[in-house]
Amino acid sequence: MSTAAGPTVPSLSGVAARAGQQTPAADRPVKIDAQHLNFYYGDTRALEDISVRIRRNIVTAFIGPSGCGKSTFLRTLNRMNDIIPGTRVEGKVLIDDTDIYGPGVDVVALRRQAGMVFQKSNPFPKSVFDNVAYGLRINGMASNRSELAGRVEESLKQAALWDEVKDRLDDSALAMSGGQQQRLCIARALAVRPDILLMDEPASALDPIATQRIEELVYDLKKAYTIVIVTHNMQQAARVSDYTAFFWLGRLVEYDRTDKIFTNPSEKLTEDYVTGRFG
Amino acid sequence: MEQRVRHFQEELDALQARLLEMGGLAEERVRVAIQGLVQREPALIERVMRGDEPLNELHIEVDSRCFTLLALYQPMATDLRAIVAAVKINTDLERVGDLAVNIAEAARRYVTHAPVKKLIDIPQMGDIAQTMLRDALDSFVRRDTRLAQQVLNEDDRLDGLKTQVFRELLTYMLHDPTTVEPALDLILISRQLERIGDHATNIAEDVIFMVSALDVRHHPPAPISE
Repeated sequence: MSTAAGPTVPSLSGVAARAGQQTPAADRPVKIDAQHLNFYYGDTRALEDISVRIRRNIVTAFIGPSGCGKSTFLRTLNRMNDIIPGTRVEGKVLIDDTDIYGPGVDVVALRRQAGMVFQKSNPFPKSVFDNVAYGLRINGMASNRSELAGRVEESLKQAALWDEVKDRLDDSALAMSGGQQQRLCIARALAVRPDILLMDEPASALDPIATQRIEELVYDLKKAYTIVIVTHNMQQAARVSDYTAFFWLGRLVEYDRTDKIFTNPSEKLTEDYVTGRFG
Repeated sequence: MEQRVRHFQEELDALQARLLEMGGLAEERVRVAIQGLVQREPALIERVMRGDEPLNELHIEVDSRCFTLLALYQPMATDLRAIVAAVKINTDLERVGDLAVNIAEAARRYVTHAPVKKLIDIPQMGDIAQTMLRDALDSFVRRDTRLAQQVLNEDDRLDGLKTQVFRELLTYMLHDPTTVEPALDLILISRQLERIGDHATNIAEDVIFMVSALDVRHHPPAPISE
């Protein structure tokens, strides 16, 4: 795809505005507002001037070829990149109008508010119950055993896992199937009552049935959460998301309603990517 | 995968509901047009001539839904056939709405003349066409190929009545040239009803393809079962 001069990335200033006019979700409050975000690994700029407004209670998918910056951008939304040495952020990310890179921000509280689910499920080597209860315990979010049990049950139900594990809450989480482990990680993220769920390729290591369950879950969870999902699987983005952002070489090329992106994208580059001409 | 993705199923159900709504509107328009003709009631005829908008809006909406479903879900097998069938049924139903308008236009002219004869075959054709339409859509909803086949069989009756109407009116026209104009309108109406039957037939063929992946178009008619 790339030529000597490189394809021209058109001005993006009008894209979000167009999207805003067309969407039925346009009247929802903005939950995450990234403004002119640049991100550097050492001297390398991995994200270039990203501005995007993500609205409440919808699913937004980030798509793009490997190395386009979609996971990096996702990780800037709860400052998960902070733990990587030599990284630097410029610009702002507002969540509920508060700049998460501003002074005095409690990063632990931020990550509780914006929970994350990773590509590879990573349950702790503990029981099912203790995995979900973990965040509640370390944050002192349950005052007694019955409240704790109630929250664990509620989270497992939200993650569509309760019926499968209710009789073996004391079994090791590591004995569960891959799909169950991933839903357990979602339950663990939900237990501390976040309002944003950041999912980084949550189904890429799962078989089609387990993938379908995760997709169903995403569909159900958006009623209560703002969800951002990174996926290299375009069909998955098409199926589960309301909005899609296409990244390429660290830039946000197009951000619009998912049906628009997959039926009539505004940018030639997006068209070439979704039709499989590159990437 | 045995169980379809639930929200895809919800979208398919919504699509089907819209098609049924269209079918109901189309059938109603045919019914009112024929009623206006038989009762020589200009208000009914006008209602058909001016009321095509809801059907046209649904036509666009259904196409848009199908387009989005194809793009976002990449349906396979039965699901793919269902959506392709929906696209075609949509076109058929919209055309039925247009044909109802054509009937109303001819009826409006016809009622300005003295009746050529008592209308018997044309109301019967109207009933058959409406039943075919209704059965075709029922067969779509119920995935019922037997009912769809019944619709295909009914089409012959409609064609036969059209020929009968033509022959009979020809004798009137030969006998009395002043009947030529109104009789031609009746012939036109019978022609529109026969075409409505053709659209119901198309829908039934699409249902058979959707359910069993059998393409029964352009084949000799199946024997009518006892």
